Amino acid sequence: MILGRSERGKPPVEPVTLKILVAGGFGVGKTTCVGAVSEIRPLRTEEVLTEAGRPVDDTRGVESKHTTTVAMDFGRITLREDLVLYLFGTPGQHRFWFLWDELASGALGAVVLVDTRRLEDCFAAVDYFERRSIPFVVAVNCFEGAARHPAEDVRQALDLDPDVPVVLCDARERESVKEVLVTVVRHAMTYAADRDRSVTT
Amino acid sequence: MSGDVQGNDHWFDDDAGPVVRPYAMTRGRTSHAVQHRLDLIALVVTEPHADDTEADGSLSPEHLHIVELCRDSPQSVAELAAELDLPIGVVRVLVGDLVDGELVHVTRPVPPAELVDESILRDVINGLRAL
Repeated sequence: MILGRSERGKPPVEPVTLKILVAGGFGVGKTTCVGAVSEIRPLRTEEVLTEAGRPVDDTRGVESKHTTTVAMDFGRITLREDLVLYLFGTPGQHRFWFLWDELASGALGAVVLVDTRRLEDCFAAVDYFERRSIPFVVAVNCFEGAARHPAEDVRQALDLDPDVPVVLCDARERESVKEVLVTVVRHAMTYAADRDRSVTT
Repeated sequence: MSGDVQGNDHWFDDDAGPVVRPYAMTRGRTSHAVQHRLDLIALVVTEPHADDTEADGSLSPEHLHIVELCRDSPQSVAELAAELDLPIGVVRVLVGDLVDGELVHVTRPVPPAELVDESILRDVINGLRAL
């Protein structure tokens, strides 16, 4: 076969795929953030959970309802023909956290989107990524009209490690979200380098 | 979308209680031997020789749809789920069938961040900047 061409024409390129998670409380702008940079309208994928998957739920009164649907929004950025980045908005409800494990596995890193008016909404996400040693950055979504707090105040309020980047952003602005994603990847690189060092020494 | 159990193969009755409709397409299966390989961003690629899929009676319309969708450009498991409007678990089982039938193959799962080659991360940064 010459140049791997098949009868049907050029075989499709098989890109390397990477993913970054976008976490944060309900209504903080996760889907907006994904949509600002995605080349496709954010898609929604759903997972149907059966009873076995959610043993702690109280289903009294809804006995006939044996499944729950969890929606995840995601977007795609084709960086090169052979390099595609996917963004996944994590399900907001806490009881679906076991789904995060799947989303987080193999993730390059994560953005924790924060609304300073409801800072506590992001505590759980910060905890999650800290515990699993997933590199993350905190992006403060500067809602119009919301009092702006310096990044350092947010860092203190969240009791973040000094190496965790805190950036201000506007989740509606493409350039702003791009910059946040660059910060995530940079942080992931540093993180990996630090880890290598700690393993070898 | 025709998500009916194929043929008259009704293995359940009313006593079985409500049946999760999407999983009827997988004939009740919720997992597949190849499932562990199917990350959400694993890409499904149709094999070039998978031409005459219509003739294969064992394939459901959903199977065929996946084969067609992934023919021209590979699709991630997440994208297929969104496109077919099916739960991810169902798509995994269907893709598993197609892998077994050698009609598609699936790209390797992505290594964790700390194992990604640094040059790829640089490419990602440059790619984002150039958007």
